[in-house]
Amino acid sequence: MTHLLSIADLDREGIEEILRVADAFAEVEKRPIPKVPTLRGRAVATLFFEESTRTRLSFETAAKRLSADVLSFSAASSSVKKGESIRDTVETIEAMGMDALVVRHSSAGVPVQVSRWVKRCKVINGGDGWHEHPTQALLDCFTVRQLRGGIDGLRVLIVGDIRHSRVARSQVLAYTTLGASVTLAAPGSLLPPSLEGWPVEVAEDLDDALGNADVVSLLRLQAERGSGAFVPTLREYTAGWGLTARRAALLGGDAIVTHPGPMIRGVEIAGDVADLPQAVVTRQVTNGVAVRMAVLFLLLGGVL
Amino acid sequence: MLDARGRRRADVVVADGVIRAVGPDVLGDAPARARVLEASGCVVAPGLVDLHAHLRQPGAEEAETVETGGRAAALGGYTAVVAMPNTDPPVDSAAVAREVLALGGRALVEVCVAGAITIGRAGKRLAPMGELAALGVRLFTDDGAGVQDGALMRRALDYAKGLGVTLAQHCEDDHLAGAGAMHEGAWSSRLGLPGIPSAAEESMVARDIALARLTGARVHFLHLSTAGSVELVRRAKAEGLPVTAEAAPHHLVLTDASCASYDACYKVNPPLRTETDVTAVRVGVLDGTIDAIATDHAPHLPEAKDVPFDDAPSGMLGLETALAVALSVMDIAQALASLSWKPATIAGLSPRHGGPVEPGAAANLCVIDPALSWTVDPVRLASRSRNTPFGGWTFMGRNRHTVSAGEAVVVDGEAQR
Repeated sequence: MTHLLSIADLDREGIEEILRVADAFAEVEKRPIPKVPTLRGRAVATLFFEESTRTRLSFETAAKRLSADVLSFSAASSSVKKGESIRDTVETIEAMGMDALVVRHSSAGVPVQVSRWVKRCKVINGGDGWHEHPTQALLDCFTVRQLRGGIDGLRVLIVGDIRHSRVARSQVLAYTTLGASVTLAAPGSLLPPSLEGWPVEVAEDLDDALGNADVVSLLRLQAERGSGAFVPTLREYTAGWGLTARRAALLGGDAIVTHPGPMIRGVEIAGDVADLPQAVVTRQVTNGVAVRMAVLFLLLGGVL
Repeated sequence: MLDARGRRRADVVVADGVIRAVGPDVLGDAPARARVLEASGCVVAPGLVDLHAHLRQPGAEEAETVETGGRAAALGGYTAVVAMPNTDPPVDSAAVAREVLALGGRALVEVCVAGAITIGRAGKRLAPMGELAALGVRLFTDDGAGVQDGALMRRALDYAKGLGVTLAQHCEDDHLAGAGAMHEGAWSSRLGLPGIPSAAEESMVARDIALARLTGARVHFLHLSTAGSVELVRRAKAEGLPVTAEAAPHHLVLTDASCASYDACYKVNPPLRTETDVTAVRVGVLDGTIDAIATDHAPHLPEAKDVPFDDAPSGMLGLETALAVALSVMDIAQALASLSWKPATIAGLSPRHGGPVEPGAAANLCVIDPALSWTVDPVRLASRSRNTPFGGWTFMGRNRHTVSAGEAVVVDGEAQR
């Protein structure tokens, strides 16, 4: 792996290797002192041009548990505000001796561009526009695999604002590469304009699809990306596409409900449903650290 | 030699800005000490005419000037270019038009000016088209934006009829285009970039065809990029409506797949479309539905393009590569028709430009070496900007000499001033 920009950079063996290494780091996290010296002397910078809480904290925690030095860059209080270009910012930060850059940006493709601008840094996509969020999909796969023993042959249903979701794009690639089948369920206005080339089906009926699903991946309605105007009202959205208590009762006994967070209770998921044992949101967050440790470890060539 | 009348073998004698003699044995008519431009194996033709160049002056001289854009044009084989009015300030007044025309007087090629249809290109009030027409402006457009208000466009067309000028539309419905950064389709969906649907262009083409029918006024469609637009114009022409159209070179050879690199060099408006659209645009040029190939030469500095795809300005260079791109998809007679005499007619420049090569005609000529293989090196372009999508491409065929108003402004691929 040169960089991690898209799940498409990985084949099945590549994803499985990350998940196996993450298993080892999940063990580390259970130790009294959950820290290993693997990346001592290495430096990881998180460059977040778009605000985020959980992804940044998760990456920084992962880097620290590997004993890497962590430099945290936030666009809101930086030279970018003074008019410096992203390219100059990246070149400046790399010049401080960074080994890896975790990049998040509200525009699709920025991590790809950054990977062309760096000389030797590894670049990790921490979420770019509507494009991809590869580590989120990896931690989702890790969580499902942990609970179900594997991904192969599972039926995954992704529900919600797929059009504006970088998580959905990465999930489709990751789950299908690992042998699952993926079905999308959303109002037409929240599906991507074209699904040509996507190895997915589109659900005709959400209730039927829920009954058949092993994994239900809920997505947040991204109001800050203008999704509000893509449905008439939140109430109508919830009635048609939300995981209400009635719909949750249609799920199979061992079905899993994932959500990348932040959840909007009462919109895409009913509050009661979010608290069911099938909803594994906090487990996803815990696993996120181990998966990101694995990605950093494999990219930076640490020694186990 | 090749012009609208056909192909023949001849020498051409030029003196005092005028073609003096054309024929197999006319070199004796040349003045003493006349300069000889070697053209064996080459094609002598009327100079190319670009209907659509952004020369960026006034307002963005760091990216291009009338002088540097004019030099790029001459090197590309052009003897006339129409400078688009989306400058800062825009060409919505006689004063700005006069400034650009004065700058053009010192350029290597004839620089014509297109005027804005509306004040500030804002789509609210008509620009003083009569005052601009009196300065010789023959094309009007708000290019960079379409005139969104159908009633205002209708009024502009009614007004233009009395002036004998042509309105040229950048067809794009702003609401449908939204914040789109590339063609909406399979690639935009996969790349997570906001898209501009083909319908954003086609709906305005359809509206303006209806307005041409309503008013009887001439409409020229700028940079058509979709199969649907080509078909709409084909039907309008079959109906006998007074419409003409152009396509940009990049829409003849590049698709939206180029955007997969997220390199904003490939961001252009209208966006690069699908293989189906590229084929339809090519067929449209070849069957005459699309009259002209026009560059939409749009210089931007590297730092303007080295930004997130969403934030980058649209546009790519064209003047120095258009001929080569055209020759890569059609024969030289077809290329010259759509690069020279047909656009010259639309711009109202015929026969001074694009006219038959005959004694007494203005000496605006290019000499093309169709067998010269060359590779585009962005650093060596005469344009002040570098944003060509064809860097590293190898083409067959290049302009060798350009004679503009009788002056040899390009000789053996080198600008003479």
